[in-house]
Amino acid sequence: MEASSLPVALELVSGGGVGLSPEKRAVLWSSLLLLQRDYRFERVWFWGCIQGVRGAYYIAEGLGPDRAAPRSRLYSLNCVEWSLLPPVTKEMIMQAGQLKGRFQGDPSFEYEYTERNAEDAEGLLEDGKEPMIKEEARLVATIEQIDRAVGIVPRGAFVKTPLGSVSENRNFEGLSLTEAKKLSSYFHFTEPVNLKNKTLLEKADLDPSTDFLDSLEHDIPQGSWTVQQEKGGAVVVLRSLLWLGLTFYHVPMTKQYGYVYFGTGEKNLDLPFML
Amino acid sequence: MYQPHTLGLDPYQSLEPKSAYPRYLEEQEPYERGHGPYQPHEPGYGLYQPGYGPYDDQIPDPKSQTLAIENAKAYLLKSSTTSGLNLYDHLANMLTKILDEQPTNAVDIIENISKDVKWAQFRKKMDTLRDEHEILPTFEAAEKRKALFLKPNGEGDEELEEEIGESPLPNVMETAFYFEQAGIGLSKDESYHIFLALKKLISVQPVQTCRFWGKILGLEMNYIIAEVQYLEGEEEEETEEEEVPEEREKEVDEDEEEEEKEKEYEPPVSTYKPPPVIPKEENGTGANKYVYFVCNEPGKPWVKLPPVTPAQIVCARKIKKFFTGRLDAPVVSFPPFPGNEANYLRAQIARISAGTQISPIGFYQFAEEEGDEEEEMEGGRDTYEENPDFQPLSVAEMVDSLSAWVHNVQSILKQGRCVWLNPLQKSEEEEENEEEEKEEAPEELPQELQQEIGPPLLTPLSEDEGIQNIPAWTAQPSTNLIPQYAVAVLQSNRWPGAYAFASGKRFDNIYFGWGHKYSPENHIPTLPPPAQAEYPSGPEITETRDPTVQEELAFKAAKEEALAAAEEEEEEEGAEDEEDDD
Repeated sequence: MEASSLPVALELVSGGGVGLSPEKRAVLWSSLLLLQRDYRFERVWFWGCIQGVRGAYYIAEGLGPDRAAPRSRLYSLNCVEWSLLPPVTKEMIMQAGQLKGRFQGDPSFEYEYTERNAEDAEGLLEDGKEPMIKEEARLVATIEQIDRAVGIVPRGAFVKTPLGSVSENRNFEGLSLTEAKKLSSYFHFTEPVNLKNKTLLEKADLDPSTDFLDSLEHDIPQGSWTVQQEKGGAVVVLRSLLWLGLTFYHVPMTKQYGYVYFGTGEKNLDLPFML
Repeated sequence: MYQPHTLGLDPYQSLEPKSAYPRYLEEQEPYERGHGPYQPHEPGYGLYQPGYGPYDDQIPDPKSQTLAIENAKAYLLKSSTTSGLNLYDHLANMLTKILDEQPTNAVDIIENISKDVKWAQFRKKMDTLRDEHEILPTFEAAEKRKALFLKPNGEGDEELEEEIGESPLPNVMETAFYFEQAGIGLSKDESYHIFLALKKLISVQPVQTCRFWGKILGLEMNYIIAEVQYLEGEEEEETEEEEVPEEREKEVDEDEEEEEKEKEYEPPVSTYKPPPVIPKEENGTGANKYVYFVCNEPGKPWVKLPPVTPAQIVCARKIKKFFTGRLDAPVVSFPPFPGNEANYLRAQIARISAGTQISPIGFYQFAEEEGDEEEEMEGGRDTYEENPDFQPLSVAEMVDSLSAWVHNVQSILKQGRCVWLNPLQKSEEEEENEEEEKEEAPEELPQELQQEIGPPLLTPLSEDEGIQNIPAWTAQPSTNLIPQYAVAVLQSNRWPGAYAFASGKRFDNIYFGWGHKYSPENHIPTLPPPAQAEYPSGPEITETRDPTVQEELAFKAAKEEALAAAEEEEEEEGAEDEEDDD
C-alpha cells in the first residue's frame, strides 16, 4: 500500500485481525518518508510484515519512474532502520522453494537443507560442504514469489505509455460496485503470462493501454481468492488463499486501493484440499 | 434512385437554412456552384481565398477547385453505416465543444474529446422521467449497522441501573486496546459494532458470562463468535436425541422376527459391528462447557451453534477445509464429516479453545471441595474459580518464561471428549440385547481399551510440545521502547491466529484466523480403509477351483478303470453264477 495512505489503509485491511501496533504505525510514516529521500524513490509502498518465530520482518518496496520495473525491497526488524535486500535470482527462488517451516526471525540464520536432485548433488561435491541458505535470501525469494503470484491492482489504475513504461493513471476514478465484485477487474502487477494466449477475438476488446496485465479470472486453482464486502459494503476486500495473509482492499468509486501482507510467509500448498 | 444530398435542391427543404449545414447563399446548379462570399460562421470562411488555397497549385482552375471542395464535403457528409453519424457533424460538434470549454493542451486530449462527443449522443440531457435512485445493497447493510446504535424503546431508568451493576457484557473496547498494543485486532469501528452486537445478544439470551471469542474468516462471509455461559437452570433441553435410540431398538426387534421366519435360507449374516458411538459430553461440561453464538456481521442475528460430539472432533482432526460463511453448507470431505458447516465450526472452536485458552499462573485455582480424591480418579478436576489473592507477575517475567501461563480449558483426548468414557461399559438395556445375540453367534472378545489421560487442567505452557523445532508459543512484549507500560503478548504457533495478552491483573485470549491448525508438512488426506470382509468364508460359499484338463483326464481314466473293474467283477460274478448254476 502507498505510504501516504497508510493510516486509512490499515483501518480497511484490519478485518483479518492482524495489523500494526500504534508504535509501528507512528514511526512508519516518518521512516518511509526518509527512505524515499535516501534512496530517491518516487513511490514507497509498505509491503507488509512476515512473522517469524522469534521476530518479525517489516518490508517496504520502492518504485522508480517506471512502475513495472523490478522494485527495490527493504526490510527492517523494528520499522526504524531499514536494510536493502539483494535483488532476487532464480537460484534463490529455487533454493527457497525447498525450505519448509516458519521463518526464524533472524536474518543471518542459515538453513541446512538436503539436496535431492542428482544435478545439484554434483554442485555439492564441488563445494565439499552442505549448501546453506541464509534467511535473508529466503526472505527475498518469498517476497518475490508473493508479489508475482498475488500482488494485484485494479484494472485501469495503471496505464502503459506507447514507449513501454508504466505509470499511474490519473484518470482512474475507481471501479464501480459491480465491477469491484468481479475477479476480472483485478490484475496481477507483474509480467503477464497468459496475455499472449488469448484468442484474437478477446484481444480485440482489450485496450492496450490499460489491459496489459493478467487478470485474476484464470488463476489456478479456481477459487483461490475470496471477495468480500466489509463495513456494510463500503470496502471490497480480496484475500488470497494461496498465500494466507495477503489482503487487498479497494473502496469503489474512489482512488483508494492497495495490498498488504501480514502472515508467516508460507505458501498454502493444501489449498486444493481445503476448497 | 438514390439522390445524393445536395444543398438547396431538396424540394422538402425550405429556403431558410434549418440544418446544421451552413448554406451557400447563392443558389447554384448542382455540381456547378461557385463558392460565393462565405459568411463568418461558415467553415469556408477565410480559407479558400482565390489563389491562396492549399490545393491551388494542384487545382488552379477555380471551377475544378470548387468541384473538389464539393466532393470533399459530400464525402464528409456521408453517413456511417454502423452508427448513422457522419464525420462532418462529428467534427463540427467536437470543435464547438472545444471552443466552448477551452481545455488546456487540447491537442493532447483531442481523442478523448472525440470519444466524449460520441458518447454524448446516447445520453439524453432532458428526460421527463427522473432516474430512480439506485438502492444499493450497501444501504441495507448500513441500515442494519445503524440499528445497533439505536436504543430499544421502553427502557426506563430502572433497567439502566441494573445494567450498570453486574453485567455479563465484556468490555470489548478495553480488550481491543490491549491487543492493539501488539498489533492484533480489528479496527476500532468494527470492535465497537461487535460490542453493541454482544449487548444485543445478552439482552435476548439469559447468559451468565459472555466473551468475545474471536473472528474466523471464511470464503464468502466471516464469522464473529461469542462464547457464552448460560445462567444455571436456563438451558434448553434437547429432546431430539432421545428419540433416536428408541427408534433403533424398534428396528432391532423387527429384524429379529424376520430372521426367525427365514431360517431356512438366509445369506450369511455380516459379523460387522460398527464401533460403539461415543456419547457427547453433557452441556456444561468438558468440550461443551460453553455455548457459542455466531453471526456473519455485527447487526445480523446471532445463531446458536449445536453442541459438539466426539465423532465430530475426531473427524475434524483429519480434515482441513475452509469455511464458506454459511452455516448450513455441507462439508464435503473424506472421511465424511458427520454434520454440516455449523458442526465443523463448533468442532474447530472446541479444538482451538482447548489448545490455546490460557491465563496467567495463579489467576485461577482449583476449588477446594470434599471428596477430592473421587474426582481425581475420574480423570481430573474440571472446575476452577478465581483466586482472590492473585498477585500478577511483571511483564518481563510473563514474557520470559512460559511456565508463567497455564491452560484453563481442558484438553480434548484422542477419543474426542475431555473426560474419558469407556464405550464398552454397557447399560442395562444393552446387556439384555447381548444375551439374545449370544444365542445366535459367538461374540468376539471386546478389546480392552486403554484409559486415555490428558494433561490435567491448569498445566503450564512450558509443557506444550512444539512442532519440529518451533516452540508452541512465541512470547513478546508489545513494545521495547517503553517497558514499564508494555503488555505481554503470546502468539500460538500451533494454531496460528490465537493470541493472548496479560498486563497486570487484566488478561484475555482471542482468535483471528482461518480456523486451522499449523502443520509444516503438507496435509495428507486419510487413505481409504481396506476393503471390509463381507461374509465369513466357509466351505459352503467358497468357490472351489475348477479342475484342470489333466485332472479331468485322470479322473476320467480313474472312473473308467473303476467301471472296467466293476464290469469284470460282474462278469466274474456272472461267471460264478453260471458256474454255480452249472
